[in-house]
Amino acid sequence: MKTIGKILSLAAVIAFLSSCGGGGENQPQSNSGALSSSSAAEAVYVAPGEHDEFYEFFSGGFSGQVSVVGLPSGRLFRRIPVFSVDAEKGYGFDEETKDMLNTTHGHIPWDDSHHPKLSQTNGEIDGRWLFINGNNTPRIARIDLTTFETVEIIEIPNSAGNHSSPYLTMNTEYVVAGTRFSVPIPQEDVPISTYKENFHGTLSFISVDQEDGDMDLAFQIMVPGFDYDLASSGKGPSHGWTFFTTYNTEKGSTMKEATASQNDKDFIAAVNWKKAEEYIAQGNFEEWDSEYVNNEMDHHSHIATSTTKNKVKVLKAADCPGMIYYLPTPKSPHGVDVNSTGEYIVGCGKLSADLTVHSFAKMMDAINAESYETVIDGIPVLKYDEVVAGVVKSGGLGPLHTEFDGDGNAYTSFFISSEVVKWKVGTWEVVDRVPSYYSIGHLSIPGGGSMKPWRKYLISMNKITKDRYLPTGPELAHSAQLYDITGEKMKLLLDFPTDGEPHYAQGCAAELIKPNTKKFFKLEDNTHPYGIMSEEEARIERDGNDVHIYMSSIRSHFAPDNIEGIKVGDRVYWHVTNLEQDWDTPHGFAVLGANTSETLIMPGATKTLVWEPKEPGVVPFYCTDFCSALHQEMQGYVRVSAAGSDVELRGWLGEE
Amino acid sequence: MKALHTYLMIPAIAFSLIGCGGGEEAATESTTSAEPMEIYTPEPEASPFGIGPVTAEVELGELDEALAAEGEEVFTQLCTACHKMDKRHVGPELAGVLDRRNAAWVMNMILNPDVMVKEDPVAKELFAEYLSPMANQNLTEHQARAIVEYIRKYNAQ
Repeated sequence: MKTIGKILSLAAVIAFLSSCGGGGENQPQSNSGALSSSSAAEAVYVAPGEHDEFYEFFSGGFSGQVSVVGLPSGRLFRRIPVFSVDAEKGYGFDEETKDMLNTTHGHIPWDDSHHPKLSQTNGEIDGRWLFINGNNTPRIARIDLTTFETVEIIEIPNSAGNHSSPYLTMNTEYVVAGTRFSVPIPQEDVPISTYKENFHGTLSFISVDQEDGDMDLAFQIMVPGFDYDLASSGKGPSHGWTFFTTYNTEKGSTMKEATASQNDKDFIAAVNWKKAEEYIAQGNFEEWDSEYVNNEMDHHSHIATSTTKNKVKVLKAADCPGMIYYLPTPKSPHGVDVNSTGEYIVGCGKLSADLTVHSFAKMMDAINAESYETVIDGIPVLKYDEVVAGVVKSGGLGPLHTEFDGDGNAYTSFFISSEVVKWKVGTWEVVDRVPSYYSIGHLSIPGGGSMKPWRKYLISMNKITKDRYLPTGPELAHSAQLYDITGEKMKLLLDFPTDGEPHYAQGCAAELIKPNTKKFFKLEDNTHPYGIMSEEEARIERDGNDVHIYMSSIRSHFAPDNIEGIKVGDRVYWHVTNLEQDWDTPHGFAVLGANTSETLIMPGATKTLVWEPKEPGVVPFYCTDFCSALHQEMQGYVRVSAAGSDVELRGWLGEE
Repeated sequence: MKALHTYLMIPAIAFSLIGCGGGEEAATESTTSAEPMEIYTPEPEASPFGIGPVTAEVELGELDEALAAEGEEVFTQLCTACHKMDKRHVGPELAGVLDRRNAAWVMNMILNPDVMVKEDPVAKELFAEYLSPMANQNLTEHQARAIVEYIRKYNAQ
């Protein structure tokens, strides 16, 4: 019997592996580069009830948000509000979350979100947090991957066009920020024609607390007024360095599409941040008065608090030898990407047909030999021939961004020739190319940018979809395309529209995140000052014209659900606590005439909607998130009386 | 043959419960055949104790005042939104529940309501009558037992 059992168990393992979608053994076998529709469909099919193998986080670009998609199916699971208000979730509207969008310019309901980056430990994605930059009003946000909620946003002072961000370091010591638009720093009223003298850039390093993820602006490095475009942090041998591309080394300020494209070579800025830390420790910095706002969501009250900070440590290259170098790189490079081993730094000169690959080892030799071409504002420029490791003669046009698969292959997107080109790290030979539909920007391999990518799928993010989908008027969806990269040849599997305009996406194996997902918040941990622990605590309190309703919700009623004694001129705070203690049981709350969105309350949490009634009458309120068969009955009334009336303030439930 | 069937049945059930999504650990433990085989399916027979972590009769014993007090606290916080002792509210009145059902069934209804309303014949009928699902408030087995004690104390008074 025992023998039979063992034989059977082996058979079971084989049966199990081969029966599951996304299990790894079901890739199509064709080597032609083109897949039949049915084999491509099989490769991306995730059966009803089964889970995808990867989470992939797309930036929303001008939506300001992040979307969460499963791979290989391309199914959208959630849109996480980050820099833009989201009426569906009450984000930025309700009293608890609106301070997340505070800045030194006041409440800003929108930004342009660009590059999602997952936290790493030892160069590997760890599934703790997702960081993303806001480009327009410089900010970086942190999303907690147990709740998929934005829990912190930090504003970056002395900055503009925060594009080369957040590109974190291999143990998430820092997320970084940089100025794609140089400006007067500190800001002042000067003629634009004085750009060359008065405009500067900054490269910022924001530390991340390893326990709770809290971000803090550690230091800023003043740099010449070029445009710092994208970044990539070192790993392995290059750990301790972060690389930023530049264009507009011409320092043009008008008609930049021509003026910023004159020089044959611009630079990759190599920043030795460990050296910078030494200068900070030695006190070799200037302390500037610079205001910026740091917003954080409390884990227990679910209330965001805004703190204004006003000091920043500034480092200057001329005072800090060894901290920063320039690597000449053709031509207006966009992407800079350090390969999985940490040795090669790939620059995608977007106005060049070729890719430039620098060697970290050669760079260190040149630095040690102090072999400089020139020095700009205290920053040594290394000699191109002494740092370049190779050039990829791609045959494509408009290279933008490169990802690596961990097996010695690199994949570069080409915007103008609209294609993905695969090449070999080390020999620089091009081995495959596939078209994208159309005008690819960035691309993504799950784990891309880390030391351990998952070589299975590649996503291209495309700007133009003319004729690819059913038309929707003048504005069309942007798209993502999924390629199988397990073989020598890339194979197009799937094409799906995206939310907003993704400028980058990063993904990881679902197992890194799935087991840690939060199912509900424990009521006993709720520290919201207006939260209640049970229906018995439901009550109404008046404080002048402010009325606080301590309300509970559970399937399927509010307590109280009849309220009288509200008067025109009152400011009514509906503090709704969701008493449910189970997964997937949010309740929504809305009241007729409220000049704000609904609010959506997760189980165990409290949210506050403010309402200022303008006319006497009786006004309904109701639950907006379908909760049970009696969801429609989850509704009540509030009576509004004229200002100065003497109707008693009271609320009740079920006393008819 | 009967012994073999029993041997196969347990891993086969485990296999089907785990399914495909997220079952990697299970793959190494499963012992089922890739060949088609007969799988013994028992006739569904309702347990008097319902379906859940409590699988045997609960010894009630003397009334435990401290446990009842603990139960009252949990009941007030997490149950009163839907249950009153002496009248039907969102769910049934509870003063007489221990005359209608045994303590194990009541505890399983508290601890495993999602499965109970789908599979236990009595709970299914109740769900059809009340329509609002019994909420899973994620109590511990000890807390569910304490609520039973609170109901006993309430009835004794």
